[in-house]
Amino acid sequence: MTNPEQMPVTVYSPESQMRSPVKLLKSMLHDLKESRELAWRLFVRDVSARYRQSVLGILWAFLPPLLSGMVFIILQSQNILNLGKTTVDYPLFVLIGTILWQVFTESINAPLKAVQSAKAMLAKINFPREALIMAAFYDILFSLAIKTIVIGAVLIYFKVAVSPGMLLAIPAILMLITLGMAIGLMLTPIGMLYTDVGSAIGMAVQFWFFVTPVVYPPPTSFPFDLIVKLNPVSPLLIGARDLLTLGTLKTPEMFLMVSGLSLVGMFFAWVLYRLALPIIIERMSS
Amino acid sequence: MSDTLITVDNVSKKFCRSLKKSLWYGVKDMSSEFFGGSNSHNELREGEFWANKDISFEVKRGETIGLIGHNGAGKTTLLRMLSGLIKPDKGRIEIRGRMQALIALGAGFNPILTGRENVYVNAAVLGIRKKTIDNKIDEIIDFSGLEEFIDSPVQSYSSGMAVRLGFSVAVNMEPEILLVDEVLAVGDSNFIIKSLNKIHKMIKDNGTAILFVSHSNTMIRAVCQNALYLEKGIVKGCGDVMEVTRTYELDCMDKRTSESGQKIYKISSDKERRIKKVELYNFKYELQNVFKINEPLVIRVYVHADRVVENPGMQIAVFNEKKECMLSQVSFTDGIQFHELLGSSSIDFKIKEIPFNTGVYSVSAKFIDGNVLNSLDYHIDACQFTVDCGNRVGNEGKVCLNAEWIMENC
Repeated sequence: MTNPEQMPVTVYSPESQMRSPVKLLKSMLHDLKESRELAWRLFVRDVSARYRQSVLGILWAFLPPLLSGMVFIILQSQNILNLGKTTVDYPLFVLIGTILWQVFTESINAPLKAVQSAKAMLAKINFPREALIMAAFYDILFSLAIKTIVIGAVLIYFKVAVSPGMLLAIPAILMLITLGMAIGLMLTPIGMLYTDVGSAIGMAVQFWFFVTPVVYPPPTSFPFDLIVKLNPVSPLLIGARDLLTLGTLKTPEMFLMVSGLSLVGMFFAWVLYRLALPIIIERMSS
Repeated sequence: MSDTLITVDNVSKKFCRSLKKSLWYGVKDMSSEFFGGSNSHNELREGEFWANKDISFEVKRGETIGLIGHNGAGKTTLLRMLSGLIKPDKGRIEIRGRMQALIALGAGFNPILTGRENVYVNAAVLGIRKKTIDNKIDEIIDFSGLEEFIDSPVQSYSSGMAVRLGFSVAVNMEPEILLVDEVLAVGDSNFIIKSLNKIHKMIKDNGTAILFVSHSNTMIRAVCQNALYLEKGIVKGCGDVMEVTRTYELDCMDKRTSESGQKIYKISSDKERRIKKVELYNFKYELQNVFKINEPLVIRVYVHADRVVENPGMQIAVFNEKKECMLSQVSFTDGIQFHELLGSSSIDFKIKEIPFNTGVYSVSAKFIDGNVLNSLDYHIDACQFTVDCGNRVGNEGKVCLNAEWIMENC
């Protein structure tokens, strides 16, 4: 028997946890550490269950962006659509763009989806809640790994010269994921209460696709250049694509600013998620 | 005191009846939580009610406490606050030691994966390390009794099987505090006994403190020393398990007697010869329907015959609340011959000492024509009575006889 004096003590009280930020931060870090194993298990569970009931399997990780990329390639090559001069060959430009865009949309949808599908578990067991988000992050990395093969194939096909700058694309893509997940996670608490949020995200993402330079080069003339300046996804997506295809970063200031913003946003989304979950659980089940 | 593992101090929790309002309050609560605003939790808002109100109690190590109350009394709310799933609106909860909640067994089970794979997932959700499970997997599978099915997908399991597997994982964690919420109800009787033994072993070996929710008083009495009785979110009784479960039982009986409303089910096959009514008396022939154990009881059946019944007979049966037959006697079989019957009469069934233990009982009477052994009229649930046998620590059976106890030197 362990001595009761040495047992960990947990206190539950109604006060807002924001009033004791140091304690909150400590418990967040503690739970993050505790989450690792569970997150891995959940990830393995989800992935193995997914492919057991699917024929096309990993194809789903890159089929949608390839198809939508194809559409634009055909439209452009037949001169139905003229989207202007791109930095590299248009097909290369579009394929990399749509794949990166898919990474971003997956990231934005992941948190709400993960929390929603774990509803029953959340309502009944007190496990470190970070694990769900971490597992969702692993899942995105997993599908990114599959996409990397396709990206690699595309780069080889278009005979893109290998450069050390390409390695920097990895942190750039991670930043893209961070931004997406931060937005998704920030909307998760409200999204758990109101289903409108989920539908709105779906719609917003569709619209967002067209105001982000995914299939067309970033405009330079006012007012269309605002698409690049005000849209936080643009610098990250353009940055990652330039690093992959050219090996250089054109506007590092914007890129770094948005990256910093994403990290800060992620942290706040995390705090919000943590604080909101007990309230959500209380409202959604009994 | 260091031996106290759970301290619940004046804890209250409110809930909202309307979903729309509840969601909106959720948004408000979230923002006040995030901005660290003064908690507005103290007052009830429109449409809210207290699901738990001013609850205080303590659980020491090695102690088992039963949580009882009607559906919706706030038991699960309390457990969910204790396990940290939801925050109290008032008061303070202090937990010392690792807690394991058997609220949802098999949480995180994915139906497509096999039982074995799910053991690992479930264990991870409960915070058990993979190494621990690797060492214990055989023990877990053995305890669940599902060796044959362990490599089949869980979607092919019955609900009982899934619960068995979930329970087997959870109890192998060996926590300092265990919350058990009505989870054993699904298992078959062998598994329940096995589980109860396991729980007893945990108390003995590890000094585990247990909070046990069940609707079965027998189970509560078998496992717990103390009990907490919740009624509409308020503590109605706390203390010795026998006393508290008794209060609960009496309340249940009152509720049921008032609810049942004497709905008599009649099967009449002869309109001219029938039962008029059935009444209960004490031996002074005063109407009575609450008795103490071993008190005398008269069941009187009023019958009426427009046409003569040459060889009348009567069958009296008494059923308990689970509709188990406690007694069924036929006048003929008891060697009683009544005289010819015409017009109105009454037939009494006199019991010198009621043997039944605490509970609500219903009486059925069947009026029989002995010559053709035909039922003339049959009243099911003709009337009801309650037996209250006071404080009866240890007297648990269905009947309680006025027996003699003798001690002699030999």
